[in-house]
Amino acid sequence: MTSSPGRPPGSPSTPTSTEIETRSMGVREDTMIINMGPQHPSTHGVLRLVLELEGEVVVGCRPVVGYLHTGIEKNMEYRTWQQGSTFVTRADYLSPFFNELGYCLAAERLLGVEAPPRAQTIRILVTELNRIASHLVWLATTGLELGAISVMLYGFRERETILDIFEAITGLRMNHAYIRIGGVVMDLPDDVPARVERLLNTLDSRIGEYEDLLSGNPIWHQRTRGIGVLRAEDCLRLGVTGPMLRAAGVARDIRRDEPYCGIEKYEFDVPVADSADAFGRYEVRIEEMRQSLRIVRQSLERLRPGPVMVEDPKVRWPAQLSVGPDGIGNSEEYVRHIMNESMEALIHHFKIVTQGVKVPPGEAYVPVESPRGELGYYVVSDGGQHPYRVHIRDPSFVNLQSVPALVTGGLVADVVAAVASVDPVMGGVDR
Amino acid sequence: MTPEDLFGRLRTRFADVVLARGEVSVSVGPKELLAALEWLRDEDLGFDFLSDLTCSDWPELEPRYWVAYHLLSLAQGHRLRVKVGLAGDDEPHVPSVTARYPTADWFEREAFDFFGVVFDGHPDLRRIEMPEEWTGHPLRKTEPLAGVRTRFVGASIPPPDRRGT
Repeated sequence: MTSSPGRPPGSPSTPTSTEIETRSMGVREDTMIINMGPQHPSTHGVLRLVLELEGEVVVGCRPVVGYLHTGIEKNMEYRTWQQGSTFVTRADYLSPFFNELGYCLAAERLLGVEAPPRAQTIRILVTELNRIASHLVWLATTGLELGAISVMLYGFRERETILDIFEAITGLRMNHAYIRIGGVVMDLPDDVPARVERLLNTLDSRIGEYEDLLSGNPIWHQRTRGIGVLRAEDCLRLGVTGPMLRAAGVARDIRRDEPYCGIEKYEFDVPVADSADAFGRYEVRIEEMRQSLRIVRQSLERLRPGPVMVEDPKVRWPAQLSVGPDGIGNSEEYVRHIMNESMEALIHHFKIVTQGVKVPPGEAYVPVESPRGELGYYVVSDGGQHPYRVHIRDPSFVNLQSVPALVTGGLVADVVAAVASVDPVMGGVDR
Repeated sequence: MTPEDLFGRLRTRFADVVLARGEVSVSVGPKELLAALEWLRDEDLGFDFLSDLTCSDWPELEPRYWVAYHLLSLAQGHRLRVKVGLAGDDEPHVPSVTARYPTADWFEREAFDFFGVVFDGHPDLRRIEMPEEWTGHPLRKTEPLAGVRTRFVGASIPPPDRRGT
């Protein structure tokens, strides 16, 4: 039997995947190599960690990604600009609205258009609700992984109430493709502001309940305090952004530093912690949910009647859509109009829908503050109807690089807590 | 610093600076890249944070591959794109920036994986998203989107009538 890690006896001489991963680690003779994942209940999808252990202590770590690679960036080069929205929403599936927003803002910069005020307010409304939903999933899964199962139940319960609202707005619970180039695809249903209002009132007190459950809980403290420490200067060297960076005391938030959709007019605080550990990240995320509630409340007050899509017929999506029993579809009046009344409307619809919008040549990089950090869209156009290149700077992808720094020197039992505190979403990492 | 100020400032140092839609881009050759990044970080411009690194492929252009570095100054909040054009159809080379920006590690592995750009000096340059046995670099424009035989070495997809249920 060879001494190479992870190779079954008698196998051919091609190196195993574990051997390839550990090549650059300089594995010692007296340590053990453990593969954690990709199929593991606490790896947030399909993350694989190759851990080098000396007893219970982690002395080396290699995160292995790529198990959820779906070729979104390549696919988008073969679709129209408008179709891109439906692709990017599937990248980081816990923050679909942020993906759509970043992509659409980048495309709008190339087109030189700006969404009308009501659409901007709706964008803020849905993205900030999305931030709460995403943080709730983080809280729920992290609670589950650290043994606080009731938090899992509560977190997913509250998230479901937010998803109900998303369903009322977009017809879908996830992967909405609601934010489109030039605005949003359709206006809010009439009853949504009142429903959001009711939701805000319940969430306000519920977030306090989670804090009561966890903030004074000695087990929670022992599992998170001093775990996964990453100081500010290391965060910046590794490109780490979002709650991880803010938990290290750096008050960087793209909503405040490089505002989009008029968010500079809203009142909110950028919470920070100085412990730079998993507990600090928990504190930051809890407070961010409260700040998002504030923003959503203000966005309801700012909703004024008006169009939700730019007027330019060469940019706007031609159809009038409505939520039907199976998601979003063409409204019946619109179908009647193009099929029975106006040949020109039908031709225009056909051209925009099948050929897409022409985007002037150029390139743009637009960052938005996703629940996990800086989500950047680098889009390149050659003047055609398809994006020439779209690159998603996903915060999970970058933040995940810090895992070796978080877990090395700690106990193997704390790896789960440290990885959970990064809040990686593998759909965004692998795209 | 506003993009206009930044543009004016950079024109004193670089020959190819573009200001478009509020974004500033600088193009440099692969040999000047490290010196340029160093200068951008150490001058009072303070570009100390690498946001993003990626590549695009232009088969009709010379040079064909364009690696884009998106820099950010955390203290002053301005952004800059540095672009490097790389000649060579099959194996373009560019110096790695991982020593200055450790965050570039996975970005460079990704650009190598998808475009075949070789980052000289990278500590562990290998595929990151595609399987280790994959041949070719899928985001090159010369690679088709679909309708290809499986690229896994030694693997094949049997005809539909011979697949198990």
